[in-house]
Amino acid sequence: MTKQSLSTPLLVVENLHVSVEGKEILKGLTLTVNAGEVQAIMGPNGSGKSTLSFCLMGHPKYQITNGTILYKGRDIHELAPNERAAAGMFLAFQYPTAIPGVTIVNFLRAALRGVRSSDVPVKEFRQLVKTQLKALGIPDAFMNRYVNDGFSGGEKKRLEILQMAVLAPSLAVLDETDSGLDIDALKTVAAGINSQRSPERGILLITHYQRLLDYVKPDVVHVMVDGQVVRSGGPELAHTLEAKGYEGFRIPAGGFSVRSARR
Amino acid sequence: MSVKPQVHVNEDYEKLYGFHMPESSVFKAEPGLDEQKVKQISGMKSEPAWMLEQRLRGFQHFNRKPMPVWADTELLNSIKFDNIYYYLKSTEKKGETWDDVPPDIKETFDRLGIPEAERKFLAGVSAQYESETVYHSMHEDLAKQGVIFLDMDTALKEQPEIVKRYFGTIIPSGDNKFAALNTAVWSGGSFIYVPKGVKVEMPLQAYFRINAKNMGQFERTLIIADEGAQVTYIEGCTAPVYSSDSLHSAVVELIAMPHARIRYVTIQNWSKNVYNLVTKRAVAYEDATVEWLDGNLGSKLTMKYPGVYLMGRGARGEVLSVAFAGDGQHQDAGAKMIHAAPDTSSVITSKSISKGTGRTTYRGLVKVYEGAENSKSTVRCDALMLNEESRSDTYPTMEIDEKRVQIGHEATVSKIGDEQIFYAMSRGLSEAEAMMMIVNGFIEPFVKELPLEYSVELNRLVQLEMEGAVG
Repeated sequence: MTKQSLSTPLLVVENLHVSVEGKEILKGLTLTVNAGEVQAIMGPNGSGKSTLSFCLMGHPKYQITNGTILYKGRDIHELAPNERAAAGMFLAFQYPTAIPGVTIVNFLRAALRGVRSSDVPVKEFRQLVKTQLKALGIPDAFMNRYVNDGFSGGEKKRLEILQMAVLAPSLAVLDETDSGLDIDALKTVAAGINSQRSPERGILLITHYQRLLDYVKPDVVHVMVDGQVVRSGGPELAHTLEAKGYEGFRIPAGGFSVRSARR
Repeated sequence: MSVKPQVHVNEDYEKLYGFHMPESSVFKAEPGLDEQKVKQISGMKSEPAWMLEQRLRGFQHFNRKPMPVWADTELLNSIKFDNIYYYLKSTEKKGETWDDVPPDIKETFDRLGIPEAERKFLAGVSAQYESETVYHSMHEDLAKQGVIFLDMDTALKEQPEIVKRYFGTIIPSGDNKFAALNTAVWSGGSFIYVPKGVKVEMPLQAYFRINAKNMGQFERTLIIADEGAQVTYIEGCTAPVYSSDSLHSAVVELIAMPHARIRYVTIQNWSKNVYNLVTKRAVAYEDATVEWLDGNLGSKLTMKYPGVYLMGRGARGEVLSVAFAGDGQHQDAGAKMIHAAPDTSSVITSKSISKGTGRTTYRGLVKVYEGAENSKSTVRCDALMLNEESRSDTYPTMEIDEKRVQIGHEATVSKIGDEQIFYAMSRGLSEAEAMMMIVNGFIEPFVKELPLEYSVELNRLVQLEMEGAVG
């Protein structure tokens, strides 16, 4: 562990086994995220990274067959996605979904109302949005577009960051937020993520490539292969991966303990 | 943990629209229909001979024509024509102020918000209760400009020539079984004439209310926009919830002279015991535009295919419709566009939502006659199904007899997306809110075309329909 927190960790994932339509994808994943930390999970395609992010947010398709997820010390197994959002969890999607006909401003207002479990005065909402739009360099007119409808890859990712900024979660899981971005868009998005770093917030970056980590410095890097975390380390681990690829992290035929890999 | 947001669970159709007043009548014909009753209706209205002849012709067609063998034949064949009351007059008076309207009837329209809407944003209002118009008014300045807005019975008396010239010319008495029935027993409805070049800025509205059980309502509407004239007409309708069925069968004819523009808006919200079998058709001459905005939320079975005959060069027709079919409902709706002149264009956009055991059907025709060159038509049908058991069908027909045309057709059928719902829920919306938002977004292309007051109303109606969509 790089940082020690006296309080309860934000997120403790313990020996998590998850199946999708009967097929086991996560096979005993263990992970702890503390407030104030940025942790990165890197792994090849098909290692179960997106399954982890969907599962954390409570997607009904993902069945937990074993293990636990404790968020702020509480087992969230029974919580619906919106209840997790209200508890302070957020997922930035790899492929954000379009909702034609629904403006961003209406969507975000409903989201904020849901997260806060109470109505947000129009004036306060406008002010909040305006501040975040400015910080992210997004024009005001963006708010009147339909959610992700006809958006470029960069626009979609920026909208995810905008929502994160407005909803101000305690734990943000960013699933391949860097994918499909050109270098300028990547820098903008990275700046958005950095602006959201705070001592109260934990950020879990899920990524295939190391390049996002050039702009958002993680405290911890995990390597995920075949549904397990097989190695954890500091930022230098990302560079090793970049140089050598994931080959060296394949699980040996006999398998090995996840814990031994982490400790 | 999170407070489940309210989806207006305390308001329902029954309370808002489905109430009924004690039945009052100064005249009520016996149920069932025969030639004698057709004569009786015409006689009571002291009509000219030509109208009685029209009615009798309609009655013959109605008797001769078989029930349609398409659409929902099971529901159609369960209509009990002998149980229907074809004519019911509730009051002798027709009010020009709401104070002239009998208290029960006035209260009904008060509860439906009609006088309030009139004060706020309407240029004229007509309110029909059972078979007759009970209230009618129009802004004075429109009268000064020569605009005529009357109930159809009064128009027949006060404007006999123009009514005789156009009545039944767009939809003849033998057009189809239900148009024939309407021709035989019609009562009430609106007549509008907008003189050359006059643009009516604020909408004219008619509201149709059925109160009695087993009632048949057969209003007849004729709108003529003379050269360069413009008018928007809005109709709404509701009925009490009864266990036995009522029948609503209207005929609406629109005539848009060269360069004229007619926009006809319907928010159909009949209770789920009403058969809504309506014939609506327009002709558009040179450079004229006719738009049908058709929202169908209520009724047991609706069969309605508003049409535009594009008769002059450059004429434009549009049908933009939304249908919502909840449990036990079937919305069989669509459009007809007939291109009979060059450079004509048409757009059909159909959005349908089915929930529970609800069924929606799009049934449409685009016909381009030879010689209607450079005509364009775009058809788009989107169907959204909220449950496994809901159903949606699309029957688009294209008859293109001209080579130099541009025709486009696109249809999508989708189940409400689990991914959309998960996305919205991950941001803090409950499942019910997420569904509501997705459905509202789906019908947004329709809603945004409505005057603001109606878009608010429509969203609220959809919200009512959506109650219980989440198990």
